[in-house]
Amino acid sequence: MSPPPADAPQRFIEALPFARALGIELEHIGDGHARLSMPWDARFVGDPATGVIHGGAVSALMDTCCGAAVLSFPGAMGTATIDLRIDYMRAARPGARITAQAECYHATRTVAFVRATATDGEGETPVASAAGAFVIERAAKTGSAPS
Amino acid sequence: MSRRPAPEPVQVIKQRRDAALAALVGGVPYIGFLGVRFERLGDELTAILPFDDKLIGNPVLPAIHGGVTASFLEVAAIIELSWAMIWADMESGRLDPLTLDPEHLPRLPKTIDFTVDYLRSGLPRDAYARARINRSGRRYASVHVEAWQDNRTRLFAQATGHFLMPQAPESAGSAG
Repeated sequence: MSPPPADAPQRFIEALPFARALGIELEHIGDGHARLSMPWDARFVGDPATGVIHGGAVSALMDTCCGAAVLSFPGAMGTATIDLRIDYMRAARPGARITAQAECYHATRTVAFVRATATDGEGETPVASAAGAFVIERAAKTGSAPS
Repeated sequence: MSRRPAPEPVQVIKQRRDAALAALVGGVPYIGFLGVRFERLGDELTAILPFDDKLIGNPVLPAIHGGVTASFLEVAAIIELSWAMIWADMESGRLDPLTLDPEHLPRLPKTIDFTVDYLRSGLPRDAYARARINRSGRRYASVHVEAWQDNRTRLFAQATGHFLMPQAPESAGSAG
């Protein structure tokens, strides 16, 4: 069996209308890890007094990044969020691109456990961290054995 | 002026409350980006997310993006808290909604943490949410939000969040 084309994950992200609406770009994916980034945009601002991006937009980036990490876990065919907790550690710098990095650190047959952090390129402290459980759909065991 | 003042005309009350709510919601760009709006019955708010193709996260099902659901619930929680925060000032006349513009909005609560429980996939149709403030102290607030689509009792998501309340300026009066 030939592996999927290398640009398949990027095309998958681009096929998600809301990820595209947020301008999310996939920077790295593989083996249960993913790194995605989102540009600052005036339309995503949550606090007009400061220009800080809305927590919901950061949540959407984190959720997409965690889902991508699950999909890159060996054997995963599909995913859906069961729950996701986000801790907002500090305000993201207005104008700065936000980068999320997620790791699927354990998966059972049906559930994937994921953690993620988001940074804005300033200092050591992340903007936010996340932890969640995701559904992991695996290939059906009918037919030939998985490679 | 010893007599009890006549009750305010209903239109005056409605205009004041609707103007304050519109200013609060209209001041946040991301709420407009999502297309979320609010309906008001007295002080009770219902957030409405009209379905739009750009909100899809899983094009195969199709289903609303989990991040859209999280955003919708967080927006509902923050507006509910802000609304509760300005209600007394608005009703007493200390805050004039007509002076509320993006430069003169009350400072918004800041999210400390937010946990979303995805109960069902979000269908490609309108969604509704109501937030309940379970605890509101001077510094922190705890808010629970429920979201549904067709049936009020069949939630498709719920969330709990903690928020840091904006501290009132040292001297009373508006910031500007």
